[in-house]
Amino acid sequence: MNLFSPADWLAIRLTAELAGLTTVLLLIIGTPIAWWLAHTRSPLKPVFSALVAMPLVVPPTVLGFYLLVLMGPQGPVGQLTQMLGLGRLPFTFPGLVVASVLYSMPFVVQPLQQAFEAVPRRLLEAAATLRANAWDRFFTIALPLARPGFITAAVLGFAHTVGEFGVVLMMGGNIPGQTRVLSVAIYDHVEATEFDPAHRLAAAMVVFALVVLSTLYWVNRPRGTHERT
Amino acid sequence: MSEPDPGPRRSVGAASAAIRAVPRSIAAEAAPTENNGIDLALQLARPGFQLDVQAQLPAQGITALFGPSGCGKTTVLRALAGLERAAGRVAVAGSVWQDDAQRCFVPPHRRPVGYVIQESALFPHLDVRRNLDYGQRRIPAAERRIPLDQAVALLGIGRLLERRPAGLSGGERQRVAIARALLTSPRLLLLDEPLAALDAARKAEILPYLERLHAELAMPIVYVSHALDEVTRLADHLVLMAEGRVQAQGALVDLVVRPDLPLASADDAGAVLPAVVAEHDRAHRLSHLRLAQGSQGLWIGEVAQPVGAVVRVRVLARDVSVVREPPGATSILNVLPVTLQHLRRDDAVVTLGLRTGHGPAIDGGALLLARITLRSAERLALRPGDALYAQVKGAAMMR
Repeated sequence: MNLFSPADWLAIRLTAELAGLTTVLLLIIGTPIAWWLAHTRSPLKPVFSALVAMPLVVPPTVLGFYLLVLMGPQGPVGQLTQMLGLGRLPFTFPGLVVASVLYSMPFVVQPLQQAFEAVPRRLLEAAATLRANAWDRFFTIALPLARPGFITAAVLGFAHTVGEFGVVLMMGGNIPGQTRVLSVAIYDHVEATEFDPAHRLAAAMVVFALVVLSTLYWVNRPRGTHERT
Repeated sequence: MSEPDPGPRRSVGAASAAIRAVPRSIAAEAAPTENNGIDLALQLARPGFQLDVQAQLPAQGITALFGPSGCGKTTVLRALAGLERAAGRVAVAGSVWQDDAQRCFVPPHRRPVGYVIQESALFPHLDVRRNLDYGQRRIPAAERRIPLDQAVALLGIGRLLERRPAGLSGGERQRVAIARALLTSPRLLLLDEPLAALDAARKAEILPYLERLHAELAMPIVYVSHALDEVTRLADHLVLMAEGRVQAQGALVDLVVRPDLPLASADDAGAVLPAVVAEHDRAHRLSHLRLAQGSQGLWIGEVAQPVGAVVRVRVLARDVSVVREPPGATSILNVLPVTLQHLRRDDAVVTLGLRTGHGPAIDGGALLLARITLRSAERLALRPGDALYAQVKGAAMMR
């Protein structure tokens, strides 16, 4: 297969790994955050909602810049990771994962939150009076009913991570096999006026996005289940 | 699309009345003293709403929390289930479910209640059978007193087990929800307007099932409603609520005729009278009922219950008129000697409390209500103690 050069294949694989790992982590971290946002009556809710939504508004380069500063040798996070023997995060794959988790957070948390909010309270209360404790209610009622939200969250989280560029460039640079993801590879090709490989990668991403979104809409399509007798 | 089950639909009244005598004795054994009932003391303050309720509900039969919308009856029921956190104390049959003084609050999933609300709360992602299993699976096998078969038969939902909630009618959904609650073998069944979202036909479909529940399970039921006809049909005990407070509580048959309560001046005010079927006049399609209190009887349209069955009749105040002398020839079947006990005037309408019987016979007589115009009351110069004749134009059997 010589549609893509070995270096480009490496970038594709790295991107898939980054997006996959980020999505899994975000589903784990994002679920409790979304549940809390969906059910809290805390006055701090707007603040936390805003924090989660920040990456939607803040330019990726700004986010990347501050992450670089925080995780750098002088930054508090950087000093912590060095103290723990983890080394420095910038310009490493783990650093990219951390950055991606933050950057893609709203794309996972918001669909989950909406899905949790759409689970009628009366169903959770009914489950409680049927002897289900809080965890039981979450796993047997909330989770199955929020399933479309989980699918949406996973797909958006993955796809959005695949497409990130500014944060990667600021935080990760361009190390093949480490931080050189697809969007950076395309940028490199264009800079080097290698339009053919750039074209192939770009077209592949367009097709990928189209397939992913079509699948998503197909999976979450409204189904006519309201037969009456 | 009728149910194939032979239950209440085919002979609604007969089934419920025939078995109606049974539960009382069972319930009485299970609850020898009144203190075994439900003790409530709840306070809650919300913007524009104050709840302050003290009530002792009996441990048997159906207790109705009755009052207008917003009077706090649903909040009381939710606090009983543990879904609402009001301040105070809740004790049921000797066990304390909430006592703020001792920082005790049993969470809803540890309270042995069955809870059914107005809208369907069936789990849409589970079929009927798995909805029914949901609660039953979560109680220890040793505590399962109500088997699936019994609950399914009791509510006539055998045909629905493989269906999804979305494919059920409103009435079917409520029956499944009630069965689901019963399958947790609760000590107390809480029903929050379970019929309010249904039209009259669906209500009529479910009421017999509720009566059977009452008759066959000897399970105390607390029933929230704002519909007087439902309450007079189902309830034994009544807690009248208004603006977050208990206005009165007691036996239903006593409260509906009390002149100091708003029930007696409601449009559909009337007496609820326990009675026994005394005889049938098949030729004229009539049945004669002997009132449980006093020595009088009433003729009503033929009922399906056999002679000797215990029933409950409702005589609306607007269907009763009074005369001073016994009428001669009249088309009215029921003319009862009564003694005027009290008068209550609301604007140009007067509601009379009439004790059946004349002279010393009135002791232990049944109390009827009659609604007449102020003009008639003045023309007859009615005074408490007057011996009158009540003409009852109509009576309806409630159960």
